[in-house]
Amino acid sequence: MKILVSVKRVVDFNVKVRVKPDGTGVDLGNVKMAMNPFCEIAVEEGVRLKEQGIADEVVVVSIGPKACQEQIRTAMALGADRGIQIETDQELDSLAVAKLLAKVVEEEQPGLVILGKQSIDSDNNQTGQMLGALTGMPQGTFASEVNLVEGKVEVTREVDGGLQTLSLNLPAIVTTDLRLNEPRYASLPNFMKAKRKPLDTKSPADFGVDISPRLKTLKVEPPAERQAGIIVGSVDELVEKLKNEAKVI
Amino acid sequence: MKREAMEFDVVIVGAGPAGLSAAIRLMQQAQEKAQELMVCVVEKGSEVGAHTLSGAVLEPRALNELFPDWKDRGAPLHTPVSQDEIYLFTGPEDAKKIPNGLVPKTMHNDGNFVVSVGNLCRWLAEQAETLGVEIFPGFAAAEILFDADGAVKGIATGDMGVGEDGQHKDSYMPGMELHAKYTVFAEGCRGHLGKQLMERFELDKDADPQHYGIGIKELWDIDPAKHQPGLVIHGGGWPLDKETNGGSFLYHAENNQVVLGLIVDLSYSNPYVSPFEEMQRMKHHPVFKQYLEGGKRVSYGARAIAKGGFNALPKMHFPGGLLVGCDAGTLNFAKIKGTHTAMKSGIVSAETIFFAIDQGGLDLAAYAEAFEASWAYDELYRSRNFGPAMHKFGTLMGGAFNYVDQNWFKGKLPFTLRDRTSDYAQLKPAAESNKIDYPKPDGVISFDKLSSVFLSSTNHEEDQPCHLKLKNPSIPLERNLPLFDEPAQRYCPAGVYEVVDEESGGKRFQINAQNCLHCKTCDIKDPSQNITWVAPEGAGGPNYPNM
Repeated sequence: MKILVSVKRVVDFNVKVRVKPDGTGVDLGNVKMAMNPFCEIAVEEGVRLKEQGIADEVVVVSIGPKACQEQIRTAMALGADRGIQIETDQELDSLAVAKLLAKVVEEEQPGLVILGKQSIDSDNNQTGQMLGALTGMPQGTFASEVNLVEGKVEVTREVDGGLQTLSLNLPAIVTTDLRLNEPRYASLPNFMKAKRKPLDTKSPADFGVDISPRLKTLKVEPPAERQAGIIVGSVDELVEKLKNEAKVI
Repeated sequence: MKREAMEFDVVIVGAGPAGLSAAIRLMQQAQEKAQELMVCVVEKGSEVGAHTLSGAVLEPRALNELFPDWKDRGAPLHTPVSQDEIYLFTGPEDAKKIPNGLVPKTMHNDGNFVVSVGNLCRWLAEQAETLGVEIFPGFAAAEILFDADGAVKGIATGDMGVGEDGQHKDSYMPGMELHAKYTVFAEGCRGHLGKQLMERFELDKDADPQHYGIGIKELWDIDPAKHQPGLVIHGGGWPLDKETNGGSFLYHAENNQVVLGLIVDLSYSNPYVSPFEEMQRMKHHPVFKQYLEGGKRVSYGARAIAKGGFNALPKMHFPGGLLVGCDAGTLNFAKIKGTHTAMKSGIVSAETIFFAIDQGGLDLAAYAEAFEASWAYDELYRSRNFGPAMHKFGTLMGGAFNYVDQNWFKGKLPFTLRDRTSDYAQLKPAAESNKIDYPKPDGVISFDKLSSVFLSSTNHEEDQPCHLKLKNPSIPLERNLPLFDEPAQRYCPAGVYEVVDEESGGKRFQINAQNCLHCKTCDIKDPSQNITWVAPEGAGGPNYPNM
């Protein structure tokens, strides 16, 4: 079985993001970028399924500027076999990403598609679901456990009320939650090997997909800064302040 | 699990200006001679530039030699210095502007550029990779490897996935041995492997003790109306007192940003000095505040500087390898610049090593001669009195001496001033020192330590062994606290060290290693020389943008 994993290049989770002074977006100039952590979990899951002998190939795809080849190489250092980059400098809506991925699915015919549940830059949580709708494949989102049994995939989902386990026919789509696995470290020799693994570069036009944005960003603003608190001396003082100053009781 | 090993021609530790220049020059020579050469650079930061912090005004001399066409290649040198201003600060509101004619020549910046050395390194790394250098960010060199004859044969990267208790976690991955014909150590000031090499090969036996400063830096977005690209301001005096040497800077960079900071010499004697708080109050001086008002702080960081110069320069070669850049101490303090000399030392190291490989494996003693013949060495020689004069005579008289020395004698006065006391041995007991009452930060111009560290985007895997090792865990409370009021609480710019009151009434010495900015000040300044900085798990540490 072939597994397709999508990965996104995002601002590293350690970086304190900063809005550009002109309010047009987040400042990305020389900021450390990395693979979206949920995508890393997706790659790890694909590689583990291959190591268990369930999958025979893990293909990783990323859509974005040339620099996202770095994240594809990282995925290959973690164990993916080959990469596909769809190169565009345009910022893409989730729908455009899902449409492009649908084309890749059509071409590659994977048995399982694994995506992160959301990316930590836009936090949309849409692409996996849209890909499900576009391809007609069943989807198991927010997976914390994935088991392949007799031609089906059992996905344990983290839902509001607890855990839900679904059994999906293959081919299927899984989006990863935090607890699915703990990604490994890529080793130095694997980074070197990854440089020699095949990486195809394509463009959105190759797939005939219209990626023009449906959404327009008007302005980006940082959240209002929280006022500093004060330490009160006693419970009585607290009650007094809540009553007379904050007027909440 | 046994460690795997890989073979290279040259392994370079540290992707800073020196290490990357060495890598590039090696590959350029290999290409000229159509030879194959395997060069690998390991870097502890999560990416190249993530741990790089410098002023910086760059003198492009070494870059011109490395890439005469750097402009066409898109090197990030966008802001030529347009104006130099030098102040002597005499108080929190007062300053004397030094007339240009009275400034030591080394402090003039015509033809130089205001840059981010982090971004310069990012660009150098791209050039190096295009030439075929293998660069591995996120892998810290943790150990030096020796062959049977005691020569350096490479390094080992640190193990990943080791818990705080020393046990292997599920994610455990053993380090790699990287073997090389020659290993170049370019870790920057007070590299933890460089320190071991100095000891093992007695490299600094004939040199004066190295002297250090701590540089604390911030990056600000300012009101575009106040922005003057290329304006370079340096200052001495206030907020530091007469016993404390150092200097301040503010450079107008590109994109309506300024960088500013304070360098405090680590030879200071009052254990109550807090370089961080000196820097915070410094910003309230009108010369600085005029630009910062209405602006917003973007980033923060700190790094120790090796400023001993010529007199403290150790032997830089040893069997199997070389020490280059600030790892050896090639910074020219008279110019307050080290990037160009670090790059030059890297370039010369590459030439020595390439010749040695070509000749079938010579030893590297020729490096000493080659470096001594270079302009970088000549520069260091001429400014050898600069630092000691400041230490001996103070900022004002030392500055006057340096004016005469540099402008009239071009650094060739027939004597050498020396400074033979190590910085850590300079502290006076707290009982004999005056407490310093630093003003509270206002949250607009000045800030506290923790909100500052936040802006450095520093992160370390939490479950790992502490990378700040105490040789004797009882010293902080039993010696340093009673004698010096444990100065680590103040010299650390990241709040790593705390003396905490316990509920039981006792005290506890706490190390918040996850805040560490990798500046190495504790390794240098601890009066008991009890703290050893070692590399934490790869990719840990700050993630500086544009620093």
